[in-house]
Amino acid sequence: MYTQTEVIKDTTTAKGAENELVINMGPQHPATHGVLHLVVTLDGETVKKIEPHLGYIHRSIEKMTESLTYRQFTYVTSRMDYLSAHINNLACAMTVEKAMQIEVPERARVIRVLMNELTRIASHELWIGAMAMDLGAFTPFFYAFREREMITEIMEDSCGARLTMNYMVPGGVMHDIHPDFQKKVKAFVQQFKDKVTEYEDLVTNNVIFQSRTKGVGYLSKEDAISYGCSGPVARASGVSCDIRKIYPYEVYDKVEFDEVLDTAGDSFARYIVRIKEMNQSIRIIEQLIDTIPEGDFQAKTKAVLKPPKGEFYTRVETARGELGVYLVSEGGTTPYRIKYRSPGFSNLSALDHMARGGKIGDLMATMGTLDLVIPDIDR
Amino acid sequence: MTNEVLKEQILTLEPTATFDETGEWLNVQVEPAQWKELARGLRNSAMHFDYLFCLTCVDWKTHMTMVYHLSSTSHRHNIVVKAKVDRSQPEIETVCDIWRTAEFHEREVFELFGVVFLSHPDLRKLILTDDFEGYPLRKDFEDPINMIKL
Amino acid sequence: MMFSLEGITKTIQDWLFSSFSPTVALLIECAIIILLAIALFAVLGLVLVLMERKVAAHIQIRLGPNRVGPGGMFQTVADTIKLIMKEGLTPDMADKFLFNLAPFIVMIVAMLLLAPIAFAKNFQIWDINIGVLYVSAISSLSVIGILMAGWASNNKYSLLGAMRSGAQIVSYELSAGLAILSVVVLTGSLQISDIIESQKDGWWLFKGHIPVIIAFVIFLIAVTAETNRAPFDLAEAESELTAGFHTEYSGMRFAFFFLAEYINIFIVCAIGATLFLGGWMPLHIGNWESFNHLMDYIPSSVWFMGKTFFLIFLIMWFRWTFPRLRVDQLLNLEWKYLLPISLFNILLVTLIAIMGWHF
Repeated sequence: MYTQTEVIKDTTTAKGAENELVINMGPQHPATHGVLHLVVTLDGETVKKIEPHLGYIHRSIEKMTESLTYRQFTYVTSRMDYLSAHINNLACAMTVEKAMQIEVPERARVIRVLMNELTRIASHELWIGAMAMDLGAFTPFFYAFREREMITEIMEDSCGARLTMNYMVPGGVMHDIHPDFQKKVKAFVQQFKDKVTEYEDLVTNNVIFQSRTKGVGYLSKEDAISYGCSGPVARASGVSCDIRKIYPYEVYDKVEFDEVLDTAGDSFARYIVRIKEMNQSIRIIEQLIDTIPEGDFQAKTKAVLKPPKGEFYTRVETARGELGVYLVSEGGTTPYRIKYRSPGFSNLSALDHMARGGKIGDLMATMGTLDLVIPDIDR
Repeated sequence: MTNEVLKEQILTLEPTATFDETGEWLNVQVEPAQWKELARGLRNSAMHFDYLFCLTCVDWKTHMTMVYHLSSTSHRHNIVVKAKVDRSQPEIETVCDIWRTAEFHEREVFELFGVVFLSHPDLRKLILTDDFEGYPLRKDFEDPINMIKL
Repeated sequence: MMFSLEGITKTIQDWLFSSFSPTVALLIECAIIILLAIALFAVLGLVLVLMERKVAAHIQIRLGPNRVGPGGMFQTVADTIKLIMKEGLTPDMADKFLFNLAPFIVMIVAMLLLAPIAFAKNFQIWDINIGVLYVSAISSLSVIGILMAGWASNNKYSLLGAMRSGAQIVSYELSAGLAILSVVVLTGSLQISDIIESQKDGWWLFKGHIPVIIAFVIFLIAVTAETNRAPFDLAEAESELTAGFHTEYSGMRFAFFFLAEYINIFIVCAIGATLFLGGWMPLHIGNWESFNHLMDYIPSSVWFMGKTFFLIFLIMWFRWTFPRLRVDQLLNLEWKYLLPISLFNILLVTLIAIMGWHF
């Protein structure tokens, strides 16, 4: 039990075998985007083994949730995968709705899907910038953030926050959308369509970028399934795993979109899958933005939510992959146990397999395309 | 495959398994000793449960339950497998040679619940520090400084 | 001409030699040159860092420094003051002597390279008859400073960065040398002033010799790699090695590395401008007498600086648009592509020179 900060042990003093160099990548390292700690064993420039050490941002959200009510516990999840805050919240809200059989109004469902897709685009935008930065290109970051900024503003209007938004509540959404919502989203869609070619010029068609990512960090279809990978990581290896398609929730079964699949399984494929996914999200937004139905934005629910005894599991597709919420209810006002199956945790476990035998530069490309969000892994 | 077909096939693999269909998916109860055999069967038989998407544990104060959520990427059916383990000496066979994602999930369960996974290749703490005492996700875990009781 | 650096230097020299004995006059001249070199260093550092930040900001659709002074002009001054005031930490287990020596070696190498550069017409510190050879020889010494810094820091990231840097500079030295040689072969002299003189009627790049154009492109790529600039900044690769060979340096010692990087860029661009773009030679086009005459009115120092800064801008442009190469791709590019092309190119140039096809 810890009462004061203790000095983190230097694990690299453990000497590797002959010709091996053990380096600590993180918890403070520019490419780990957070407090991920990888102990990397190198032979010259070649990666021989990667051992993740987690827990630097472990808040034990699962334990915390056991003492929070069903209205409170969604808010904590915004701090898990902070780039998919809406989608995390939605998973929690849907679990409670499933347990209590709350009928969500049509308007709320459409708003939820719109917000989810905007979140997905924002997350992928940030990822492009961060990933290009891992490969040593700084400029795409600023181009990506130009578009992301518009989404953040849309979020700010409706939810009051730019990051760690809390908007989805059991029964619907917290407030109605801002009057400017539709106008701003349309402006964003137009802007995005105009500017997405800039990414193609700057990143996709760049010879150095292609040679850095093609064939790097290969993950076969079997391995992707076995490691429990989900989201764009698995889809780039040819695993059809888009929860929005397989087990549609909200209004995903009423909109037209394609599940983006690639079979190459390398870093470039993961990049392409995410770029195409943004276009699919734009497609979904375009179908829904003009036809947001009138009506309530929230169902009438009791002040104190008390789901019946039982076990409930919800799966949603976040920007990183499949998020599962496993709720064990004993009938009280707080959950008996909640397990979050986070996409990053499973995706990270494949990193060692993917990066072995590559160079340090390949490790950055692989890690970049895994799109790890550390609070999501640690929870 | 429907639940009925699944039940039938699981019973041929493991005759002692019991079922519960109140939830969204078919729940299968097995003894920890039989779990490894059943797991191998589930993965390799015609049911083809190749995707272990959730692995966790629930502390019921009197005993603990290991919960495995399985899905098939080809047939798109899901089941939940549960195995009761003893609370004072929780032990179960690892499945990380069947589903490799289990390696990390089992390490997490090991440190947060104290369940020992037999013949796991690398059963060390993943999240907590090496000298941490206690199992935080057990119901009787007490930490007067860091835990907030509401 | 009204403004001429040549005239000023001549007046000073005449005055010194008439007032003092030749030895004293020479010593005073040396002191003046040292002072000027250090001043140039400081000014170049400030200007180039600000220029880089402004260029980067422009490429990245943002404003760049704009708070300290008009248009952020004094931002680098403020940064320098900050760096001077910072504590210079030395890691516990580092080799203290080598650790402290390394930044100075890198700086001294950069300073030595200033000697043969012709900044304007007849404005040159040392017009040595092997000027180009001198530049190639001295510029490869900076790798010693980098290796020293990486090894002495007792840090694994530093060591990796230094090793990368060593492999990289040694390889790209070859292509850069061969590219420089092609101009030397055509000119027939290693002396900087002769090379500039040979471009009186037209710069080598614009004379229409295809091998020279190839050599220029190879030269640009090779010197970008030699100065450890993106896309070849593997020695520093912050997303891989945090900061590479200077991870452990702080305060003024870090500033020396930083400054040396920019001075090195200036020097390689100055060499490039001298060899391929005619140094201080104004732009002359064939028989357009009035146009050529007009061009002559622009001071030679402006021509030189203009060309040099154009090349510097190109190198900055590279940095802010390209991702970084991987270490094996970097070496492949040199040994499998650039070096064979350069070797073949030098043969072509020699053929042209022997047959007398050039003009």
